[in-house]
Amino acid sequence: MTTLTQAVRSSSTTGEKPARAKRVRLESRRALPAFYWMVWPAVIAFAAFHTVPVLVGIFFSFTNYAGYGEWNFVGFSNYLNLFKDDRVLAAYGFSFLFAIVATILTNVLSLAIALGLNAKIRARNFWRGVYFVPYVLAILVIGYVFQFFFSNSLPKILSGIPLFADNILTNPDWAWTAIVALAVWQACAFAIIIYLSGLQTIPAELYEAASLDGAKPWRQFTSITFPLISAFFTINVVLSLKGFLQVFDPIVALTNGGPGTSTESVTLLIFRGGFSGGEFAYQTANAVIFFVVITIVSLFQFRVLQRREADF
Amino acid sequence: MTTATNTASQLEAEVDAIAAMPGRKRRGNPDDDTRRVNWWATALIAVCSLTILIPLYLAVVVALKTPEQLASGTGFEWPNPIRWENFPEAWERTNFPQALANTAIITVGSVVFTLLTSSVVAYALARNIHRPFFKGVFFYLLAALFIPFPIIMLPLVKQTAILGLDNQAGMIVLYTIYGLSLNIFIYTAYIRSIPIELEEAARVDGASTWRVFRSVIFPLLMPMNATVGILTCVWAWNDFIMPLVVLTDPAARTLPLAQYVFQGQFNTDYTVAFASYLMAMAPLLIVYIFSQRWVISGVTRGSIK
Repeated sequence: MTTLTQAVRSSSTTGEKPARAKRVRLESRRALPAFYWMVWPAVIAFAAFHTVPVLVGIFFSFTNYAGYGEWNFVGFSNYLNLFKDDRVLAAYGFSFLFAIVATILTNVLSLAIALGLNAKIRARNFWRGVYFVPYVLAILVIGYVFQFFFSNSLPKILSGIPLFADNILTNPDWAWTAIVALAVWQACAFAIIIYLSGLQTIPAELYEAASLDGAKPWRQFTSITFPLISAFFTINVVLSLKGFLQVFDPIVALTNGGPGTSTESVTLLIFRGGFSGGEFAYQTANAVIFFVVITIVSLFQFRVLQRREADF
Repeated sequence: MTTATNTASQLEAEVDAIAAMPGRKRRGNPDDDTRRVNWWATALIAVCSLTILIPLYLAVVVALKTPEQLASGTGFEWPNPIRWENFPEAWERTNFPQALANTAIITVGSVVFTLLTSSVVAYALARNIHRPFFKGVFFYLLAALFIPFPIIMLPLVKQTAILGLDNQAGMIVLYTIYGLSLNIFIYTAYIRSIPIELEEAARVDGASTWRVFRSVIFPLLMPMNATVGILTCVWAWNDFIMPLVVLTDPAARTLPLAQYVFQGQFNTDYTVAFASYLMAMAPLLIVYIFSQRWVISGVTRGSIK
């Protein structure tokens, strides 16, 4: 018995049989030392600059640390207070409203434009290049151009419509739509490219066969195009919703959270409260909740969208 | 039915004739697309592209105006006479050379370090992914994709301040490390498609693992290096929130930050501000215009696998 296991062990481990060592080394349990040298520095650096801040954040979320000075443990009171804080709840409400609307618009518009770009059109590469331009622009900087457009140009151009004439950015009920416009404007650039690469994987023969069977363009879209790019749809929806929930730059550029706090997103609230509001611990607790929310939303989306994908 | 096919074939012949006309040479067969040109789609795409071009046009014309010209119109009128002085003024007010140098240093540094480190780590992980340690590391790094930046934002600022990394060097370190998750994801899929026999041949010749990476793997990674390089470059150049919270010294501020400060200081001075915005957007935009196809194919490659 003992000899048997020993024999098995010696044949599975290396180094004990120098003659075979060279060939077997790659298959052995331990990798070559060089591979460990390649990975360890990265793991240490990542832990130091990513995992440690996460853990420190979670630690301080149980204290009353203001960002400076003394602090004490307060248990779960930060977390409990979050659920009673109207400003926090409003920020989550705004972030979700914004993210859902922006995700729908981004995906509908970019899929439509990708379909157009995938059709046989003149100067296709030129147009494709034009639609990708927003990706290389800093959203904050182009956002200031949009801000001028909404606050100075649009009131003069559409002076007949009160909503625009009075500067939509100062309207507590509708300012968020301007932020959606800017965010979607930029996010479409990347989404179009992903959809376009998805559309190019569909063989043209399928459409020929479908049109021989008398399928109209809309039918072709619902029965061929959409099912075949649903993987790209999934990834685009998940990525855009996750990105939009964390919206920050477009708000800073357009409204800075205003008027009042009507366009304050969770990220902006954490930034403001944590750095200038003396709410370091409180806002880290908010960030922990935010992390849980984003993870749940992303996983939920993946499940729902993948199940739907499998139906086809 | 007959008439329909007739008109269709006539149209086809017409399009062919147009394409065959002298001076309108068909481009060297871009793809094997035998469909007819869809003029409706072309027109629609052209009209929709105005949503992209109009904001850019607005940025240009406002930057060329005097404040009086701007106040008298909607902003879209072409200025006459053009006021070029906005640019030197913006140059001085935002200390443009300094902000440009900071952004350039951070971007170039991040791209170089990212390419050198992410590819090595991804190589080690891809070749040992069946081993528990490496698999664990892979998922450890990948899990970070789920963690939103706000949760590390507040503690990170304390940490970088304590370590003296609240400067350009610190930004390079942070972009390199935070990019790791996505980059490894992009690289490993590609590395696994490289046949291991190539490496074994080099090993038989006595090459060390590092040597194998340097002379066999890294050159083969060029398409993915382009993808990772483009993504890192655009991210580092345009990022706003990270430099905003990490950088403390005003002399270290990047181009987006310089615009941010601008906003508060000269609130009504739109013409100079717009000149400044243009100068901030121009470098990357110009690079993009000249390497458009390369950039798009690079980004596409990263998103497919």
